[in-house]
Amino acid sequence: MGAGYGQGFELTPEGPIIVFPTTLGPWLDYTINGLVIGNIYALLAVGLALIFGVSHLINFAHGSVYMVGAYIGWLCVTKLNLPLPVTFVTVAAGCGLLGAVIERVGLRPLRNAPRIAPLLATIGLSVVLDQSAQLLFSPDPRALPTQLPTWRIAIGGGSIGALDLLIAGVGIGSAGLLYGFLRFTKLGWAVRATALDRDAAQQCGVDVDKVNRTVFAIASALGGVSGLLVGMYYNTIDPNMGFQAGLKGIVAQLIGGVGNVPGAIAGSLLLGLIESYGIALFGTSYRNLFAFVALILILVLRPNGLFAQARRLPPEPLTGTFIAPSRPLVLPKWAVWGLAALALALPLAVQQPYLLQTLGNAWLYALLALSLTLVAGTVGQVSLGHAGLLAIGAYASSLLALDAGVPVLLAVPLAGLVAAALGTALVYPAFRLRGHYVSIATLAVGEIVTLVILNWESLTRGPIGVTGIPPLSVAGKPLVSGQWVYWVPLAVLLAFAALQSRLLNSHLGRTLRAIREDDVAARSYGVDLNRYKGLAFAVAGFIAGVGGALMAHFYSYINHETFPAPVSMLALTMVILGGLGNVAGAVLGAAVLVGLPELFRAAAEYRMLIYGVVLLLLIRFRPQGLLGTV
Amino acid sequence: MTDALLRLDRVNSFYGPVQVHFDLSLEVPRGQIVCLLGGNASGKSTSMKVILGLLKPRSGEVVFDGQPLTGLTTPQIVRRGIGSVPESRRLFGTMTVRENVLMGAYTRSDAHAVAEDYERILDLFPKLRERHAQQAGTLSGGEQQMVAMARALMGRPRLIVMDEPTMGLSPLHVDRVLEMIQTINRQGVSVFMVEQNASLALQIAHRGYVLQTGRIVLSGAAAALARDPQIRDAYLGGAQAA
Repeated sequence: MGAGYGQGFELTPEGPIIVFPTTLGPWLDYTINGLVIGNIYALLAVGLALIFGVSHLINFAHGSVYMVGAYIGWLCVTKLNLPLPVTFVTVAAGCGLLGAVIERVGLRPLRNAPRIAPLLATIGLSVVLDQSAQLLFSPDPRALPTQLPTWRIAIGGGSIGALDLLIAGVGIGSAGLLYGFLRFTKLGWAVRATALDRDAAQQCGVDVDKVNRTVFAIASALGGVSGLLVGMYYNTIDPNMGFQAGLKGIVAQLIGGVGNVPGAIAGSLLLGLIESYGIALFGTSYRNLFAFVALILILVLRPNGLFAQARRLPPEPLTGTFIAPSRPLVLPKWAVWGLAALALALPLAVQQPYLLQTLGNAWLYALLALSLTLVAGTVGQVSLGHAGLLAIGAYASSLLALDAGVPVLLAVPLAGLVAAALGTALVYPAFRLRGHYVSIATLAVGEIVTLVILNWESLTRGPIGVTGIPPLSVAGKPLVSGQWVYWVPLAVLLAFAALQSRLLNSHLGRTLRAIREDDVAARSYGVDLNRYKGLAFAVAGFIAGVGGALMAHFYSYINHETFPAPVSMLALTMVILGGLGNVAGAVLGAAVLVGLPELFRAAAEYRMLIYGVVLLLLIRFRPQGLLGTV
Repeated sequence: MTDALLRLDRVNSFYGPVQVHFDLSLEVPRGQIVCLLGGNASGKSTSMKVILGLLKPRSGEVVFDGQPLTGLTTPQIVRRGIGSVPESRRLFGTMTVRENVLMGAYTRSDAHAVAEDYERILDLFPKLRERHAQQAGTLSGGEQQMVAMARALMGRPRLIVMDEPTMGLSPLHVDRVLEMIQTINRQGVSVFMVEQNASLALQIAHRGYVLQTGRIVLSGAAAALARDPQIRDAYLGGAQAA
């Protein structure tokens, strides 16, 4: 997702931001703007709700379909010079087809896999689509000019343009068509019946595969049209525009209650208004923060959405983790010691600085993987915001060293503690959630960390980033040479790996796995879930925090984009590659995914694509990873 | 008995490593009501899943009207002419009664005949006519059972399989459901019902089988079974195995 990440939904700058306008006119404009944006979210959220309804899946690839829609529209408008209605039909048809293909190739083979598997597959698909678009169309934004007339109708101080009306029309029209389809057609009835009771629908003769395919096609067509409209609205599209948009759709859907189509529309309009008013009051850079804070609040306070009658925990479609039954490969003790000694001795034999630096970087990422494999593998809380912990550790250590004058050697463990405390506190509200909800909540927490870093300029220096971070030094001697860049991360990694292995073999390890396997049963045996989850996240936060701190001191420069969401996905791929919960597997996964592409000099632009493909193939063919799950 | 409409032939089925059926064989002759009796965890409901293709047996086959159903999906099996009334009704709760009943005709494309059948079936269940626009989930248990039966009939099945049709109903509704099953049967539809309540089921069935921990331990004409002292023993055994 890389460079253009986070740009998808920025407002065009319209001079200075008006704070607390005194007349009503601007507020009317904000309301109109909020409703227009809300309409765009609604086109996404309705599709997500339909998909969730029939397949109990939160489709993380939906944002990428939206991006594809924008690009198909761009091709139609700028290359083929098609009239607007034809463009719309082409986008809807192209994305509908893409949706059907996603369902057939990416998800149907996973029908009998653990429930988290299709979710991870949609993440993999999303990475593959985004990266393919980046390779095909370059990462640079492109203009998507609208052919609409430029008149605006003034309404009591505010104004509405042709495009606003078009977006509203498409939104309302789609909602009407969808209502008619679900209410009055046989296939629409089958969709509703399948959503309500899959088995019973089959016993009425409903081909649920066809229903799934239809739903993916409809949802994707709507998502693609949404992407086209956004591209026209802001007159810019880029390959990474889908990530944030997909998340917004998910947020809107959760506000309305998962799987609830009218709720998704209401939630979208609400989210659009919240964002529009929020920007008016606080400024554009806070835009995404509102959505994610709203998401966390909803998950904690009303996990069934605003419109559910009862404030109860979400229904249970999403328990269970991505733990494929397998027999882990157990390395004999002498082999572990031998490998560790070999790794430590490597710089004596190999002196190429580039190689050592690459491997050193791999060991740093292995710390992240170690941390993630503990929470995602051992405790079964699949975190999608793990890069946030790196960021916290990196900023904490850098700022302690630079602004508070703390020696680097002390700042690093302190940063670990900060990441442990802050990371646990941020995820704490999600402790009572399960399955997919944990993934969504952690994803939001990761985004919140990035956004706070971006906006809290007095502490973090905002978008400029932190420069001149001092290197790690012992007794006045900076550890910057080739060997130290390799040895320090490796030594820290080995220490943590040994610690984590011991922890997993203890009573504590068994308790954590019990929570993963069946939290209700664990609770009925007297296990205090929050305490153990808290402990696991604290340990994980410490490890990742130290990892982030070391990165900061080796890189000497960090900013809010040093640890973006794709790093979290990369960590997840590493952990699944090695085998969830498997300590040696986490190290192996990091070495393979960070080390190999560098060593083979695979063109850097293909790397994320390779990660996405690896993730997809693993989920499909070897969910237990290379070394097996523990 | 070569004229069986449905035949299970030495079926062995499993949930993961756990074997549920051991060489299960049974027959539903054309035009008859056959009940499969057994306690909890005897494998009765699983036999429904096997017939409907929701669970694939590891060996043995299900033969319907002379054709093996092996390898067919549930919707394909339904199209062959098997309607089902699942355990605890399984209605589409937020869809209306009319929509639920018409969902039963999902496999049919003869709109006119469907409309006629709908009227005919509502004559059979007059209560549903009053409630046709109501959400199915808001009906009483007995009314929901009517909807489930009406839904199964809309597919013009030759065989209806029912899983515990009387479970959880008041005595008044139990009698009505049993009468309705007989009415349906008199119209030429064969019935295979799974029941825990042996005395009720044997009142209306022609034949019965007793299933105990996945094996048929007794079978015969319903009247003979009703008099058999072993019936009670089979039940107690089944209950213990749960």
